[in-house]
Amino acid sequence: MPDLPVSTAPVTRAQPVAAHGAHAPPGLQIRDLALRYDRRTIFEGLDLDIKGGEFVVLLGTSGVGKSSLVKIIAGLARPSEGSVTASDGQPLQHRIAYMGQQDLLYPWLNVIGNVMLGSRLRREKGDRQRALGLLARVGLADRAQALPSQLSGGMRQRAAIARTLYEDRPIVLMDEPFSALDTFTRARVQDLAAELLQGRTALLITHDPLEACRLGHHLVVLSGHPARLGPPISIHGPTPRAPDDEELLHTQGHLMRVLTELEPK
Amino acid sequence: MNPRLSAVTRPLLTLFGLVAVWFVVSKVSGTPAYLLPDPQSVAQALWSQRHLLLWSAGTTFTETVLGLLLGTILGSLVALGMVFSPMLQRWLMPLLLLSQAIPVFALAPLLVLWFGFGMASKVVMAILVIFFPITAAFSDGLRRTEIGWLDLARTMNASPAAMLRHVRLPAALPAFGSGLRVATAIAPIGAVVGEWVGASAGLGYVMLNANARIQTDVMFAALLVLAMMAILLWVAVDRILKRVLYWAPDTTAAA
Repeated sequence: MPDLPVSTAPVTRAQPVAAHGAHAPPGLQIRDLALRYDRRTIFEGLDLDIKGGEFVVLLGTSGVGKSSLVKIIAGLARPSEGSVTASDGQPLQHRIAYMGQQDLLYPWLNVIGNVMLGSRLRREKGDRQRALGLLARVGLADRAQALPSQLSGGMRQRAAIARTLYEDRPIVLMDEPFSALDTFTRARVQDLAAELLQGRTALLITHDPLEACRLGHHLVVLSGHPARLGPPISIHGPTPRAPDDEELLHTQGHLMRVLTELEPK
Repeated sequence: MNPRLSAVTRPLLTLFGLVAVWFVVSKVSGTPAYLLPDPQSVAQALWSQRHLLLWSAGTTFTETVLGLLLGTILGSLVALGMVFSPMLQRWLMPLLLLSQAIPVFALAPLLVLWFGFGMASKVVMAILVIFFPITAAFSDGLRRTEIGWLDLARTMNASPAAMLRHVRLPAALPAFGSGLRVATAIAPIGAVVGEWVGASAGLGYVMLNANARIQTDVMFAALLVLAMMAILLWVAVDRILKRVLYWAPDTTAAA
């Protein structure tokens, strides 16, 4: 099944998704975070500040503990040391949405059911109109009744974005959500994510330097054994950046060098 | 070939072939009718004993379905209990294994003694036979919930009850379905074994009586009815499961 064309930037930009009120989204403060299993230290001494509304990308090679870090921030796992707090001092619970490595659509629910999953799980009355609106935003308006198994990989990931947006949380964590997609589908879904997540605090984990440079305001590299965070690299200009953007190409080259040097031979 | 047509004609062709082989063997081999009756005499027995056979099939069917229903409920409850209480699991698992280690044939006389010659002992027998596949398959399914689905539900602040109802249970349904298919196929065994040991009704009882009187054609007729009943029951359960599990990928469907 071919992917439907995703609505183009000017149309969607006209109606921002910052539905979570006029408040600025909270930032994230990670302090001295460490994770150890028995005597093996996965990472330690992690400090990271993400300002409210910023899109930060965390890069690192496989097995360096990226997913564990996201799970700790999402409250799904406990760190061995350190803390993750919101910059406004309020608890993080109920304010974080999570997108995993797979789309994690429940195969027994249709697309609209998956988008409204949070309401079902919390026994709230679902907002069907809003869910349908979000599906329209990700170009799946006519697939609301379809089962996930009837969708292509790109469509599934777009449905997952709609589900994430339905949660309407100010902080969004993404653990390599686009890594299973082919290059072109990935680029389209990245564009969509960059647009729709504007106004939210976002942390994206990836091993793809191009993805990082297209979407991030700031990039940080997690590397080493035990892993530590490198100094943040900032890229200027609006996102999503075109793949041939000067700034992007420059940073991507720099990143490739950094990642290659860090990788043990 | 039209797949719908072939779905009907293929079993019929198989049946026709079996009957043909049976006919030839019974004619050519010269085996006496009390050892191998020919198809015509079995057909005659089917017709002349139709009231007895139908009534007996009703009894066996009721026992089987009751055993299946109660065994499924009991097996599912035990599976749920074991998944959510490791202590229950430690205490129950040896008992479950024990219940499967003792052949139901060996238990049958005891069960008839305890539960009488009526339907109850046969239902208990069927429960004993199907209980384990249901518990094993369902608890396996409940244990293997995709971690990502649970993580996602947790970030959505789902209560443990909501996680069970909306994530673990539906995710375990395909495994439960496999268990139920196995259970359906073997449930009649429990009922018939019970009838052999001591009963006043049912297809097993008819077979036992016919055997004592060397009415081999009636035995064959009862066996045929039993086979038809088992197949119909299985097809019905399979249909229901396919309808309930419409979302579960059936990779054989494309073939």
